Amino acid sequence: MTTIAEAGQGGVSAPTTRQLFTGFLGIGLIGFGGVLPLARRMLVDDKAWLSPQEFADLLGLCQFLPGGNVINMSVAVGMKFRGWRGALAGILGLTAVPTAFVIVLGVLYDRYSTDAHVQHLFAGLAAASAGLLIGMAWKMLKPLLKRPVALLVVLMLFFAVAMLRVPLIVAMLVLAPVSILLAWRFGQ
Amino acid sequence: MTATLIALALIFTELSLMAFGGGYAVLPEIQRRVVEVQHWVTPAEFSALFALAQAAPGPNMMIVPLIGWHVAGLPGLLVSSLAKFLPSSLITCMAVSAWERFRDRPWRAVVQAGLLPVTAGLVASSAVVITAASATSWWLAGLTGVTAALSVFTRAHPVAVLALGAVGGLAISFF
Repeated sequence: MTTIAEAGQGGVSAPTTRQLFTGFLGIGLIGFGGVLPLARRMLVDDKAWLSPQEFADLLGLCQFLPGGNVINMSVAVGMKFRGWRGALAGILGLTAVPTAFVIVLGVLYDRYSTDAHVQHLFAGLAAASAGLLIGMAWKMLKPLLKRPVALLVVLMLFFAVAMLRVPLIVAMLVLAPVSILLAWRFGQ
Repeated sequence: MTATLIALALIFTELSLMAFGGGYAVLPEIQRRVVEVQHWVTPAEFSALFALAQAAPGPNMMIVPLIGWHVAGLPGLLVSSLAKFLPSSLITCMAVSAWERFRDRPWRAVVQAGLLPVTAGLVASSAVVITAASATSWWLAGLTGVTAALSVFTRAHPVAVLALGAVGGLAISFF
């Protein structure tokens, strides 16, 4: 594909592969819980690699595709400016620090997980992360409450995945087409 | 060891391609595969690892390399990361060039609208699966309730909420 750098279009100067790496490295470094607002600030406000419209457009693509939004964003932005090398630089930059962090956490967990105090600490941490998930689920469900058709899909998925523990691939192959068909048939 | 690495690769490649709506959507399936099918960790350990990954900076699916590390060390971490991030990234690379052509098509909006309740249902499942494994006493259930209320009704930072949970959990061990 033709990258923006080669085509030389747009008002902003296209970032180099190294700049893509360090830009996303910064997001991975400070992005505790909720990286998306930080990614927007870096890409649109600080570096001006993307216009607000371009950001919204790329985000639409990243939300449409499988995979984490911000992970996809790092790949898409890298690809847009520097082809596959840029994509690699973006995702490696984004995941480098969190991966190192995870190794440290993994070592600490393996070493101390038998200690009674640490077990209680982890239990409390897990209880809080369950609370955060409930909060997130609520925020996603709220806009759907007035749409009975969408709510029916939510309930079917919930029943299949959380209650029956059906393999996700089976639930998705059956319910995703049904949901898309319903969205097409009944509009939004 | 090799069998474990192959199992990690298969599980996370499959999940990489199904993670519409991001990582939390595939959390119940990660839990099912890692806990119920492979028996690599107990439900309580899984919740603890998930909570630890939540405390790490960066993207929200750091549970994947953490599971890999816990199960098979550095090779496990590398295999699970590659399996989880490579397939979806390749799709993203290809889609960036095709996006101009399909972004304005009516079917794109329909598919996206159709996937929204799917993602919501999966995130709700994540919440229930993790809560069931974590809220194992009245004290921990209370902590989950309080932190859920904080995240719904306030703009409290997620790391502050996690810290509150850690302190709350530690407190009970002194009684």
